[in-house]
Amino acid sequence: MTLKNRRILWAYLFLLIPLTFFIVVRTGPTLFAFDISLRNYNPMAADKPYNDFANFARLFKDLADPDHVTRKAFENTFKYVLIGMPLQLSIGLLFAMLLNTIRRLRTLYRVIYFIPFVTSAVAVAWVWRSLYMPDFGLFNLILELFGVPSQRFLLDPAQSLPSVTAVVVWQGLGYVIIIFLAGLQGIPETFYEAARVDGANRWKIFTKVTLPLLNPTLVYLLVLQTIAFLRMFAEVVNLSRQGDGGPVNSTTTVVLRVFRESFGSSLNMGYGAAITVMLFVIIMTISLVQMRLTQRQVEY
Amino acid sequence: MDLTYSPPRRRGLPTPQIVAYAILTLGALAMVTPFIWMVATSFKSPGEILQPRFLPEDPTGDNYTQVLTRTLFPQWYLNSLVAAAISTASVGFFDSLTGYVFSKFEFPGKRIAFILVLATLMVPTEMLVIPWYVMAQQTSLVDTTLGIVFPGLITATGVFLMRQAFKSVPDELLDAARIDGMNEFGIFSTVAWPLVMPSVAAICIFNFLGNWNAYIWPLIVTSKRATMTLPIGLAFFSSEAGSAWNLIMAGATLSTVPLLTVFVFLQRQIIQGVALTGMKS
Repeated sequence: MTLKNRRILWAYLFLLIPLTFFIVVRTGPTLFAFDISLRNYNPMAADKPYNDFANFARLFKDLADPDHVTRKAFENTFKYVLIGMPLQLSIGLLFAMLLNTIRRLRTLYRVIYFIPFVTSAVAVAWVWRSLYMPDFGLFNLILELFGVPSQRFLLDPAQSLPSVTAVVVWQGLGYVIIIFLAGLQGIPETFYEAARVDGANRWKIFTKVTLPLLNPTLVYLLVLQTIAFLRMFAEVVNLSRQGDGGPVNSTTTVVLRVFRESFGSSLNMGYGAAITVMLFVIIMTISLVQMRLTQRQVEY
Repeated sequence: MDLTYSPPRRRGLPTPQIVAYAILTLGALAMVTPFIWMVATSFKSPGEILQPRFLPEDPTGDNYTQVLTRTLFPQWYLNSLVAAAISTASVGFFDSLTGYVFSKFEFPGKRIAFILVLATLMVPTEMLVIPWYVMAQQTSLVDTTLGIVFPGLITATGVFLMRQAFKSVPDELLDAARIDGMNEFGIFSTVAWPLVMPSVAAICIFNFLGNWNAYIWPLIVTSKRATMTLPIGLAFFSSEAGSAWNLIMAGATLSTVPLLTVFVFLQRQIIQGVALTGMKS
């Protein structure tokens, strides 16, 4: 056997376990998820018949009904993305720029901002639940100092969604800051010097130098955080009283709907899988748009 | 007109720096205060949590004794540790090996194999939990350690990062070892692998963190209290505890502080790892 063929055999040998793993645990189940979404799938039932896209028909009917909980879940999820993502990115960019200007203690601040990110979402959610308590939670104690009446936060359907958003923004901020900071440090100092020589003020430098050169980082984080907000689950379960995305479905999300339909008492996995297919299509579209955008950037 | 050059004032910090430090410190306070509140509440007596006060006046360790003796916290700790250790060891080895093959070998079908691995990155975990559960049920993996860890034994992200890392290993070095008659596995494990250890360490740390904090899959695949991992146990215990915030915060402290201590020691590697690769647990 030639040396070259021997090496090819080694390559196949090395890949045997990993490729089997990816096919059995990733590719197979992906196809299986599509299959489940086309069936009346109760894992306890002996018969799991195909049902002529009934799960998708039900999904679209539920999405058209303004009072349906699935419709509410999609609405809330888009709200989380539209409020949370821009908030997280703008605060993150501000703090990254501040970190980039200071000369001392940068490491200390970075570590502190990163702490919530390495903490489990469950612990974070329960700590914030106690901060939000109506009677003796820290936030109401602070509001009281300023003479503001006690707020119900998570228990008030009008305040619950922003309250949950705040927790998620807070927890992921450290990650956004670190990525922005890495992007900022990649911008050569000469660009700033040239702008200053030309007499550009701070705002001009920010909009004409920093932002354009930071564009790849910005697009990357925009896509990543959008997807993260689309997949929100652990925080909502642990911040709502019955773990159900309440009060009155005001904080429920797409993934929480999947979970409750598929693993709740109804065990309606077909419908749950149909929702995940929808989520997959949305995430796929965003990723493809990102690829187009980043490919264009290479040109200039 | 005075034409002599006068250097800028150098006494104290310039104003923009002071403003930057002020805002950064406020931000740091916002990051840390919830944790201080958590620890402070965990030392309060049941009566004291009903008083408008930040710090406990009469700190007590009772909450910790109760949480550790009356719940399965020690068991949940162990379960999380075992699950995270198994998956991290597997990821450290198999992600390296797979990345190595994609980086250093040429063979028919390489492109297809690589696309097969990369394509799995497109599919969110949430879409796979239903099929995984059905599979786990059919193979009696529900409520077992293998059931908890199997989806994460090899990761596409890790394979991709290791493929990049192995590109920095010169081919000449591997060829030299081949001429010495070393077999391919020996070359991988004793020549190439040691050279990319910083990358291996980074993916291992991240994988450990990700597994330690994992929620949706362990929640689905465990139903018995004895098999729960720490986040699932903490959530279960907290929702049972009603408004005993002192106990809940003791549980939260117990589940976060050890990991945070490790983080502070490894912070340089972790933060640099994130900055370089954008890795996310």
